[in-house]
Amino acid sequence: MKTVSSLLDAEWHERYKRISRLNIRSSIYDVTNRCNLRCKGCFFFSSGEDKAAAEETDIRKWEAFIDREKERGVNLAILIGGEPTLCMDRVEAFYKRLPSFCATNGLIKLDRDRFPDLMVGISLWGDEEDEKLLRGKDAFAISSKNYAGDPNAYYLYTITPRQLGKTGRIIRKIRDAGLKVHMQLLSNDEGVDGFSWRPDELAAIRDEMDDALDRYPETVISSKYYHEIITTGRMLDRTFGWRECPSVTEPLDTRDPRPRRLIHFIRWASDLQTMHRCCTSETRDCSTCKDGAAHMSWVMVNKRAHIRTAKDLRNWIEIYEMFAKLYQFIPW
Amino acid sequence: MATDTTILRVAEVMIDELKLEDVTPDTFSPDIDLVDEVGIDSMDLATVALVIQDEYGIRIDEDDYTKLTTVRRIADYIETKKMAA
Ligand code: SF4
Ligand code: SF4
Repeated sequence: MKTVSSLLDAEWHERYKRISRLNIRSSIYDVTNRCNLRCKGCFFFSSGEDKAAAEETDIRKWEAFIDREKERGVNLAILIGGEPTLCMDRVEAFYKRLPSFCATNGLIKLDRDRFPDLMVGISLWGDEEDEKLLRGKDAFAISSKNYAGDPNAYYLYTITPRQLGKTGRIIRKIRDAGLKVHMQLLSNDEGVDGFSWRPDELAAIRDEMDDALDRYPETVISSKYYHEIITTGRMLDRTFGWRECPSVTEPLDTRDPRPRRLIHFIRWASDLQTMHRCCTSETRDCSTCKDGAAHMSWVMVNKRAHIRTAKDLRNWIEIYEMFAKLYQFIPW
Repeated sequence: MATDTTILRVAEVMIDELKLEDVTPDTFSPDIDLVDEVGIDSMDLATVALVIQDEYGIRIDEDDYTKLTTVRRIADYIETKKMAA
């Protein structure tokens, strides 16, 4: 039987032990159906999820709901929307009860006296030109001022095919604002012309992501294995998609056989009763899905498949560490 | 202290359910750390727990998973639960 210590040297084994018992149990919450932007390609609005349920407005109901989520075993609340910072009282209700992460477009600054160490992931959709085209404004210009130098904030840089050859400049801008960055790929849910990935573009962006990690290791939170998986959709000898996806809401998961998956995972709508199919768009074609967290989770739940060679297991460790850093389970 | 029979059966369930290769119940060290060395996770434990619960007529609380770190500890847990039943 292959064992962990037979594959790793002492340093890697220590790294493995630091994460092996974390048992991350995340769920995702639509904090609100509203947003102060309307980005082309936003899965939330393009799939009509903003209309799936009427928003619960009673903060006491949110608090009781979050307490139930904690009892259900959730140890990471991922707050999305819409734009969570439009409802600071709801964000605060989570923050006070559960380890939480807030995804935001960064236009509204979180008050750090109220949320001193809440991890914030700021969305970024390319350079100034792409942001204006897809989001209607250069959101980075505002968000980078709001969060400059914040140790508990990072950019979630959604790379579009038009960013090929331009990512280095963006990453330097982020570095110069004293922030970190995690990269993911656009899934182009609204079919905007020129924003769907071709195979040659995926291969080229993989090289560019690898290069960014080599050049800016203090700024880029990533791993080359993640780049490989997200650009090829392949892990070991398997292909990502509906049959393999770990990020499907557990009570709605009718797959048979069920793949390895996130235990107790639910994505809740803002009425606190409706569940969405998965961590991203209800209507997305799984064969084109580039969701970064779903791909990371896919690797994470398949640990034993990686206890095969030293390289496979180190790849698994790097992805798990990356996720654990992004969601504050271990320091940067 | 768990009996050898229970230890061997727990090892067998682990091997069968988790499709562990190159190991038999006899060669599966009862004291090897299941997380740090074999690499199992809580989903694996839940799979094994289902079979054990059915077979031994006991309930394994999810909160107890963190204590079940070796085959011997799982076997001890089973026998303690059975005595209490
Ligand atoms: S900021 Fe986020 S939630 Fe708002 S429209 Fe853009 S992608 Fe959607
Ligand atoms: S759209 Fe993506 S995250 Fe959702 S079920 Fe399909 S593969 Fe999984």
